[in-house]
Amino acid sequence: MIPETFAWFGDAANWSGPGGVPARLAEHVGYVALALAVAFVIAMPVGLLVGHTGRGAVLLVGTGNIVRALPTLGVVTLFFLLLADSTPAALVGLVVLAVPPIMAGAYAGVQAVDPHVTDAASGVGMRGMQRLWQVEVPIALPLLLGGVRNAVLQLVATAAVAAYVGLGGLGRYLMDGLAILDYGEVVAGAVFTAALAVVLDLLLAGLQRVLVPRGVRLAELATSKGST
Amino acid sequence: MSLVDELGTYLGSANTRAQLWSGLAEHCYLALLPIVFGTVLAVGAGWLGRSRPSLRGTLGVVANLVYTVPSLALFVVIPGIIGTTILDSVNVVIALSLYTAALLVRPMLDALDAVPQAVTASATAMGYRPARRFFGIELPLAVPVLAAGVRVAAVSNISLVSVGALIGVGGLGRLFTDGFQREYYAPIVVGVVLTLVLALVVDLLLVALRRFLTPWQRPAPRDPAHAEEVEA
Repeated sequence: MIPETFAWFGDAANWSGPGGVPARLAEHVGYVALALAVAFVIAMPVGLLVGHTGRGAVLLVGTGNIVRALPTLGVVTLFFLLLADSTPAALVGLVVLAVPPIMAGAYAGVQAVDPHVTDAASGVGMRGMQRLWQVEVPIALPLLLGGVRNAVLQLVATAAVAAYVGLGGLGRYLMDGLAILDYGEVVAGAVFTAALAVVLDLLLAGLQRVLVPRGVRLAELATSKGST
Repeated sequence: MSLVDELGTYLGSANTRAQLWSGLAEHCYLALLPIVFGTVLAVGAGWLGRSRPSLRGTLGVVANLVYTVPSLALFVVIPGIIGTTILDSVNVVIALSLYTAALLVRPMLDALDAVPQAVTASATAMGYRPARRFFGIELPLAVPVLAAGVRVAAVSNISLVSVGALIGVGGLGRLFTDGFQREYYAPIVVGVVLTLVLALVVDLLLVALRRFLTPWQRPAPRDPAHAEEVEA
């Protein structure tokens, strides 16, 4: 397996053109980014609203659990038959699977804000939306971004699976390699997909570090020290 | 032909039903065996983290990394590492065991940390050696948190097994590749529904198991004869 993999990596033909690594990587990142953006626009307002008002929480958590149990391959093939075109079908499938983690993260974050804090915010005269944006969202950021990170991992993995119905991206190496039993190509696909997932997760971890206000980080640190 | 008719025709065939049963059985085996292995691995990691606190950071990083690797990538790389054939169902079992363990390491360590110091100290004072204290006192007290993690892992395994169909081992996942190749809705819809039902049933069974393992968390019985015992 190792010589085959090295041979694949050493072949210049695999590094340029529409089937080359840069192009496939760009496609993969593109699908993930597009699906994430659409899922974010749908999920974030709903999650924040449910967390803020406390209404519809049971429905939201229940839907999230059901979607987690949905088999991704089933979702992708089903949408393929419904829409009869690989790329849009796969993208709809990706969005469907990315919405629940983002929604759950936003809801859990806002919902977990200490009621004393929200009471204090109302006490100093903040209105609903002010309280949401200036108090609840900043405090909720760690959990909220945790949901986004889960969604991105889910998207990278599912985009690879969606190569089965003809989507481009890194999953192509996995599917095409399996079809012709070229193990070097399969391993290359697996390595790139895994590396992409790890790198994107690290980038988001860095983003989380930058975005989460210092006060919230200190408070987290203090409670985690207090509990042990 | 409407979807309902299609489903009727599909489910009407004895051949299909036999295929569904074998798919369901394989799915259970592929999803549930890793729960057992993964939990054992996570308990081992918990023991390690307890006895060597310096290793905890490493355990967390490794668990995170494993969890990040996409399932399809893990399924195809494992045979290269351990020398099985790519169509061997062992690959899927190993991959899902690793995911389960990765998911459980953090809650496991947190739950063990949450065991009150007074309890572990009492056990030590009563003459419990570290191993017996771990399995007899700390682990049982960690069960509620661990059980929550196991429920998440079980549902996620049941959904991930289907991806195995792409490498020829996928339980109900074969219904998706079958439906895709024949452009036929019925197997896909049946596959999705059966997967969801299986996830629900397994989840309910795990809740029952947790209740069985944590008798002290059950609501107090109303029978006054037992009231004293419960309070004590």
